[in-house]
Amino acid sequence: MLVSEATPAQREQQFKAPQFLLPEKPLVVIEASNAWVPVNVGDLWTYRELLFILAWRDLKVRYKQTVVGIIWIVMQPLLMTVIFTIFLGSLARVPSAGQVPYAIFVYAGLVLWTFFSGAISVGGQSLLGNSQLITKIYFPRLIIPCAVIVGRLIDLCISLALLAILMVCYRVPITWSILFMPIPLALTILLALGFSMLTAALNIKYRDVGIALPMLIQLWMFTSPVLYDVSLVPSRWQRIYALNPLVGILQNFRASLFGGIPFDWLALAIAVFITFSLLVYSAYAFRRADKSFADLV
Amino acid sequence: MKPIIRVNNLSKQYLLGARREAPTTLRETVTGVMRSPLKSLKRNGHQDQMLWALKNVCFDVQPAEVVGIVGKNGAGKSTLLKILSRITEPTTGRIELYGNVGSLLEVGTGFHPELTGRENIYLNGSILGMSRAEIERKFDEIVVFSEIERFLDTPVKRYSSGMYVRLAFAVAAHLEPKILIVDEVLAVGDLNFQKKCLGKMNEISAEGRTVLFVSHNLTAVRRLCSRTIVIDEGIIIADGPTSEALRSYNDLMREKNVDEKTNMDKRLARAGCAVRFTGVSVGDDKDNEKWDFMSGDMIRIEVSYRAFETVSDLCIYFALRSGISGEVVTTVKQVISDTELASGYSGTAIIELPNVPLRAGDYDPYIWLGSINGQGFDVLDRDSVSLPHIAISSNATDPHLSAGYFSIPAHVTLR
Repeated sequence: MLVSEATPAQREQQFKAPQFLLPEKPLVVIEASNAWVPVNVGDLWTYRELLFILAWRDLKVRYKQTVVGIIWIVMQPLLMTVIFTIFLGSLARVPSAGQVPYAIFVYAGLVLWTFFSGAISVGGQSLLGNSQLITKIYFPRLIIPCAVIVGRLIDLCISLALLAILMVCYRVPITWSILFMPIPLALTILLALGFSMLTAALNIKYRDVGIALPMLIQLWMFTSPVLYDVSLVPSRWQRIYALNPLVGILQNFRASLFGGIPFDWLALAIAVFITFSLLVYSAYAFRRADKSFADLV
Repeated sequence: MKPIIRVNNLSKQYLLGARREAPTTLRETVTGVMRSPLKSLKRNGHQDQMLWALKNVCFDVQPAEVVGIVGKNGAGKSTLLKILSRITEPTTGRIELYGNVGSLLEVGTGFHPELTGRENIYLNGSILGMSRAEIERKFDEIVVFSEIERFLDTPVKRYSSGMYVRLAFAVAAHLEPKILIVDEVLAVGDLNFQKKCLGKMNEISAEGRTVLFVSHNLTAVRRLCSRTIVIDEGIIIADGPTSEALRSYNDLMREKNVDEKTNMDKRLARAGCAVRFTGVSVGDDKDNEKWDFMSGDMIRIEVSYRAFETVSDLCIYFALRSGISGEVVTTVKQVISDTELASGYSGTAIIELPNVPLRAGDYDPYIWLGSINGQGFDVLDRDSVSLPHIAISSNATDPHLSAGYFSIPAHVTLR
């Protein structure tokens, strides 16, 4: 068999053959960057397919080689609900709010919490976990924590659908206030994104973050009204308590679903403010850390 | 002509070990942040702990050029590739790219072991910058090229390493960027597959795409690249036609071969061997030491050795291996003595290869000293004393006359 490799003379000829027009301006300029340059949205858009394929990969890998597969998405909050209803609702007699049974009250909280805690615990480790990609190929690094959130959105949708079914089963009256539900929902997603971006970037340099994160998540769960109603917190602590953006989010999420639970506009305003501040700060911190990811990983 | 890549005054600085002593836990940095402004000023005092991986590198690449980048380990070539691929940022300087870049710093970037071959084609393709539509269009071609049709729906973790590499390269080979950056991917896979890769690279350059090829494999560089850039300690020391650039690279390596001599001296001081090599040189018939030759030249290899114990039946064995595959290309064996040699005996063996029929490429000499019954005493090769390649060039312009290793005498009669 002859392996035909081009000789120098042939290569000379080849150089002259195909030509294409080069653009006037460079497509890409590589320079030491400035952290104050805002997030490159155009770049993110170009790589949107990668975002979805990474999210799809995370989802696929998570339930690979499991027996019940996708059913786990529903099982997780459902089992938690059963456990908490028995131990907290029945035994410890933690009160519900409004006229909703404790089971559905706690399930509503767990839907958001399962999404949020799952997203931030994976999101915080996401850059480190993908170090193999970061050191070998270019793409906007922001895609990695974003993909984690997008992947978890599927879970969120499925558990929301189950919530709707449960509400029908428990004959919870549905009111117009449900139209308000997307707002706390969107805030949860944005908060998870902002938090993931920040912790993922920090975790590259300070591995302490990854170690502290599970504990922080535990603490966050107990300082948020996931398993209990806001009214359980003494009124003199309410102000400080509401600094936790999840307080405003969970309270208003339940208020939009169930009658008899009041909206808390101040807590919501605080949540909006904190969420967006965190997003802006995280984007800045991420950009700043971005240039050294490949060197530090 | 207008260049497609323009690299201007590029420098990259790394912090050395000092980095580890610098704050790496949150607590240390929190206290550090308080003194932050002072600290950033002080940083200039740490110059000695900084390393310039690249310093003021400038070069242009014309469209459709295939440029080799060679240098020792740690010379800065990987850093250059990483900056060009936008994986890490330069400290100073500027690069302008007038075409989209595809970079292959390894094969199989982002492959997930749990996913099937089919799923990994999509995943890897997107990571390398292909659109979904593009992947779908080339899917069948990729599968055929990779030769893994039967295992398309098997998780990649069950693949043999050969299958894994073939699939990974198949995806990468179907990238269509204007500028392709390739790093040592040919170092993997079996010989046939390496040949396939080289062929594909030829094809890519023939299509008029620009390729930057980083490799230790001088043979591959010589075959593929018309121009070569030699980097040493972060500085470009040669940039020009491959044959000239590689000559200065070989000179550089030879200068660095003082190393080799000290290595050799150390070996002399080492106890344990009955017989040891004490020197080696490669040169032409006029006794000039050199390591690169033309096909048909005379190659003269001179090795000296010394016995430290009484030995009998000493013989010397010489082999040339292909620099690309490591296959033994040819061997020479000579019995030095079939009687006893006294301790302290020293001698020299001169191996002359007249009109060497080797075709263009790199060949690694392997010289072995031992007894006739196969007991080895000492070995000289690339691994033991970092012997340089013997580089053969040829004037043959017909690709059909540069394939393989040997020119064999042949008489063709036409009737």
